[in-house]
Amino acid sequence: MTIELRNVSRWYGNVVAVNDVTMSIGPGVTGLLGPNGAGKSTIMHMISGFLPPSRGELTVTTSSAPKERPTWRDPDIYRDVALVPERDSVYAFLTGSQFVTSTAKLHQLADPAGAAARAIALLDMADAADRKIATYSKGMRQRIKVAAALVHDPEILILDEPFNGMDPRQRLHMMDLLEKLGSEGRTIVFSSHILEEVERLSGTIQVVVAGRLAASGDFRAIRRLMTSRPHVFTVKSADDRTLAGALIGRPAVTAVDLGQNGLQVRTSDYGAFCRDIAVLARDHGIRLR
Amino acid sequence: MSGLFNPTVAWITFRATMGRRRAFLFAIPAVILIVITVALKISRPPARPWPSHVLGTFGFSVLLPLTALIIGSSVLGAEIDDGSIIHLLATPVRRSSVIITKFLVATGLTIVFAAIPELIAALISGGGYTEPTTSSVIGGPHTFVPGTAVSTSGFAIGLFVGAVVGAVIYNAIFVMVSAATTRAIAVGLLYVLVWETLLANFVSGVRLLSVSHYSLGIANGIAHDASLMAGIAVPTAIIMGAIVTVGALVLAINLLSGFTLKGEPA
Repeated sequence: MTIELRNVSRWYGNVVAVNDVTMSIGPGVTGLLGPNGAGKSTIMHMISGFLPPSRGELTVTTSSAPKERPTWRDPDIYRDVALVPERDSVYAFLTGSQFVTSTAKLHQLADPAGAAARAIALLDMADAADRKIATYSKGMRQRIKVAAALVHDPEILILDEPFNGMDPRQRLHMMDLLEKLGSEGRTIVFSSHILEEVERLSGTIQVVVAGRLAASGDFRAIRRLMTSRPHVFTVKSADDRTLAGALIGRPAVTAVDLGQNGLQVRTSDYGAFCRDIAVLARDHGIRLR
Repeated sequence: MSGLFNPTVAWITFRATMGRRRAFLFAIPAVILIVITVALKISRPPARPWPSHVLGTFGFSVLLPLTALIIGSSVLGAEIDDGSIIHLLATPVRRSSVIITKFLVATGLTIVFAAIPELIAALISGGGYTEPTTSSVIGGPHTFVPGTAVSTSGFAIGLFVGAVVGAVIYNAIFVMVSAATTRAIAVGLLYVLVWETLLANFVSGVRLLSVSHYSLGIANGIAHDASLMAGIAVPTAIIMGAIVTVGALVLAINLLSGFTLKGEPA
């Protein structure tokens, strides 16, 4: 149950969307993090067999097909691989139950109705299952899409921006579900441009910036690297001099420059500084502007 | 063919096609044809060849291709346009099965909304009528050949079979076009209006590549009504129709197998 990308590039005419990306994704939850337009969706589409790489090799292995096989132009991969696309396009004229059951039938499952009921229950959608999808909120549509993707119990689940449109409760429920699926040994890959979503959910991340793989590995290690590099903040307050004196005593602060337009503060620890300044301002009764 | 037909794909396709607002458009050409037929039946004497012209020329060059265009481009093109096709394609169902099933659903609906109205209109019209002609032998006298009536049932069956054949070929073409481009309706309309309605009726060579003339040729082969103005003979119509149908479906399967989702460029 692994996904392998070896020197994968994808371009559209003269525009390079993905540039020489090599990564290996195994069981568990992996977050694909990057700003909008970074190339995350292109990578997701290539992994799920809906886009061929312009160059390089992209393969998956599953327990039913342990030999590496390309995903492009091979509908058989969908016995083990499922995609939840970002685009909010479902058969709105069907009920949630009809949609998931028809997906189960397309997968030729022995008991489509039973499999659909299980998947719908897993997504906490049983109450709305008999309503037409046209009446669903964006978050509910997202969940019914995930239910349809899970109906055949895939080993690899690819979700493109799965939390879009979900309210906080739905988001937490979905995160718990993906965590559970990952801990069961499935390979779960999801994309997001929101750091907190990735932080909450995944142990492993692949950071994509401008089509290139910028960082790869354990989330905490990458986060440490991101936060321990020097940062410079400009701070304006009601009493810059007192605040400067208080700040310079903190270990996270390496330099303070008192100028006309406030304080220039250098810090080696982004997180510690953000916590310290709030506490110091409160303790000294200084209002931050 | 049964292995290529997927009942679930057919059910989704039927619901999607008939559930859309434009489904009411399917019946408009058929209603127009029947209204014209009834009006002519009431106002014109029966011993004129108008049924062949109205049901043959108008029916096969306008009603049939337009109905097939609306339906054939809906069964696949609409799902590609709104992106919902992804839920069908992210399953192990063969692309050939998706295309053949959608083609069969489109053909069935076109038969309901075009071929059956042709049959009804033909029965209302009271049959065809071959136009009187004059023949002459070089150096001999001119001979008047009077027009003869074509039986209502033979005329109606001929038109119905011709329209069914047309429904099959047109839908293969329009399903292929909707797999090839997101502007299937525009491309199809251009094809119907310029190629089938204009060129095929005025340029004899084009008839060999005209679906309406394949249909008319087969209709004429059964009805034996010279006024149907079939540009080609039955064997040619069958062979060319089969080649175009199979070719369009193979191309459509190939196009759908290469269906891609576009990601955002960096």
